[in-house]
Amino acid sequence: MSSLQFDIAHLLAGSLVLASFMMLYQDRLYALLNVYALHAGVLALSVAWQAYVQQAPHLYVTALIALVFKAIIIPVALHRIIRRLGIHREIENVIGVGLTMMAGIGLVALSMVVMLRVTPDADALAREDLAFALSVVLLGLLIMVTRRNAVSQVVGFMSLENGLVLAATGAKGMPLVVEISVAFSVLIAFIVIGIFLFRIRERFDSVDVQALDRFRGERR
Amino acid sequence: MMDALGAILLIPAISAALLALLPGYKLTAKLNVLAALATFLTSLSLFVIEPTSGQYLLLDDLNKVFIVLTTFVSFTTSVFSASYIHHEIETGRLTPAFLRFYHAMYQMLMFAMNLALIANNIGLMWVAVEVATLTTVLMVGIYRTHEALEAAWKYFILGSVGIALALFGTILVYMAARPVVGEGMDGMVWTVLVKHAAQFDPALLNVAFVFLLLGYGTKVGLAPLHAWLPDAHAEGPTPISAVLSGLLLNVALYALLRFKMMLAVNSAAITPAPLMVTMGLISVVFAALMLYRRRDIKRMFAYSSIEHMGIIVFAFGMGGPLANFAGLLHMTMHSLTKSAIFFAVGHIAQVKGTQKIAEIGGLTATSPALGWGLMLGVIAIVGLPPLGIFMSEFLVVSSTFARAPWLTVILVLGIIIALGGLFLRIGPVMFGEPRGKTAPAEASYVPMFTHLGLVLMAGIYLPPMLVTGFQNVAKLLG
Repeated sequence: MSSLQFDIAHLLAGSLVLASFMMLYQDRLYALLNVYALHAGVLALSVAWQAYVQQAPHLYVTALIALVFKAIIIPVALHRIIRRLGIHREIENVIGVGLTMMAGIGLVALSMVVMLRVTPDADALAREDLAFALSVVLLGLLIMVTRRNAVSQVVGFMSLENGLVLAATGAKGMPLVVEISVAFSVLIAFIVIGIFLFRIRERFDSVDVQALDRFRGERR
Repeated sequence: MMDALGAILLIPAISAALLALLPGYKLTAKLNVLAALATFLTSLSLFVIEPTSGQYLLLDDLNKVFIVLTTFVSFTTSVFSASYIHHEIETGRLTPAFLRFYHAMYQMLMFAMNLALIANNIGLMWVAVEVATLTTVLMVGIYRTHEALEAAWKYFILGSVGIALALFGTILVYMAARPVVGEGMDGMVWTVLVKHAAQFDPALLNVAFVFLLLGYGTKVGLAPLHAWLPDAHAEGPTPISAVLSGLLLNVALYALLRFKMMLAVNSAAITPAPLMVTMGLISVVFAALMLYRRRDIKRMFAYSSIEHMGIIVFAFGMGGPLANFAGLLHMTMHSLTKSAIFFAVGHIAQVKGTQKIAEIGGLTATSPALGWGLMLGVIAIVGLPPLGIFMSEFLVVSSTFARAPWLTVILVLGIIIALGGLFLRIGPVMFGEPRGKTAPAEASYVPMFTHLGLVLMAGIYLPPMLVTGFQNVAKLLG
């Protein structure tokens, strides 16, 4: 592998982490969705580049799924859901933006330390990819933890899935079964979410998870 | 290749499609029972004609135990479910359209659990666990009340995070395997992996196992990751609570055990024992303490499931032939007993029209069969002799006491605290002043008493065939 190929792969995977950071501080739902679309777009590019570098044509399918399904269809659909539900207010971050960003930086550092240390023998590209992928996964978790709104939690979860796809494509020669399954599971997950959102719409006036929390715990 | 292994996947899959199409809940309930029975009988045939394991499907002594247990409890639960939903239709809590969906999902869940158990491919296993999670999420939310939706949502989010972490662990296992077994499909085939695991990079395997433990551990319901479990049990239909507690937790545990076996082959990797023992003990003590303040009867037994999964994980974590044997036996006994308890609780909640402990009282006087059935179940689940759980708990304690006396003391303490909590709560329900409605119960007692009978029998006499079978599996687990 030439160093240019490596650099581009590195750049794309790094951009994905950056996009995750951008999602951390979005305080409006529409903006969050737009950044998520960007996130999925970067993922598609990254996967396509891996397909080219590894000469693994089946990965182009994964890239295409990421582009069409995650970067276009899901954000558009969620846009419509948000509009229909009439929730365009600000997202409440549980903790402040500054703290969230610091926590995010800490998580990225953690994943670098863990992944780079345990994979000294793997080839450089796979190592870096795994480290970035773990960062994206952890940042996705952080997004889910810091949000109260059901839609933004789902977006956080989807960004987490993007990290998994990055890891799966970085692992050279990983069987296609898994990639399709990842894409497929996102699809199922989305259907489930869709149903849930509509049910929630039927029963509640808002999709704020805090509203759900009222019913938490023991019924009295 | 149409052997028994294929059949235990095909029967539920075809039934799921069929049940989704057929109208009329009485017919579909019967078909559901029939399909579950067919799957159970097919699984029994595995003992007679052993199908060959391929690249995708695998059969060994370990998963044989799990498959037979799963298909058996699925079958008895489907019998219970038939009478349970009859009542739900009459009271209007469920509509026929929802029932069609419910039955299809029930078979879908059977398919996913069987697939997870016989998959020889760690990727396929992951997909199966994910499908099982999604189907149960849909079933938990089926009543569409505030509480049911919240429970389903919580379950969905936490389950998805767990499953995502498990996938990351699976990818790391593939990364560890790639330099040794080469690229492509072989890197995910379990039999290949376990053969070559000794040469894998231990550091990578360690990290992978941590992710797998956190991921599948969420599905097992281990203590810091258990938050979804009580809600999902309390708010879903009771047959689903029975299947969740009795089977799905086991399936996730099975996935963990497979990876533990892989790690055991590699001498340079960490031993998973301390991690599993710690999480197991935390689950036992935490769940035991939580039992004291429960107001909802199904939620209370959900916490008891966390406690017992803790005991099982503790036993498997300690390892060795004896402790593994005890863990397997305890798992079997817990599945049977807990599903029997949920069968009883389901009918009781229907008779009384509530799940609140405070509003249920004097059951042994008002509905003696259900009351005494539940009482027997509770006596079994807290681990009193002569029932099976006493024996398995005794084995867990005695097999680990010599090696780690202090840990075992904590375990015993947890078990005793749980005993106190359950009896304290269940006493008034059983023998207190009769409270709540006293309509006659239209219950199906057969599944409940079959399970309890088996548990009682196991406590008194274990058939030698079963013992040797379990001993083989225990050796396999290392």
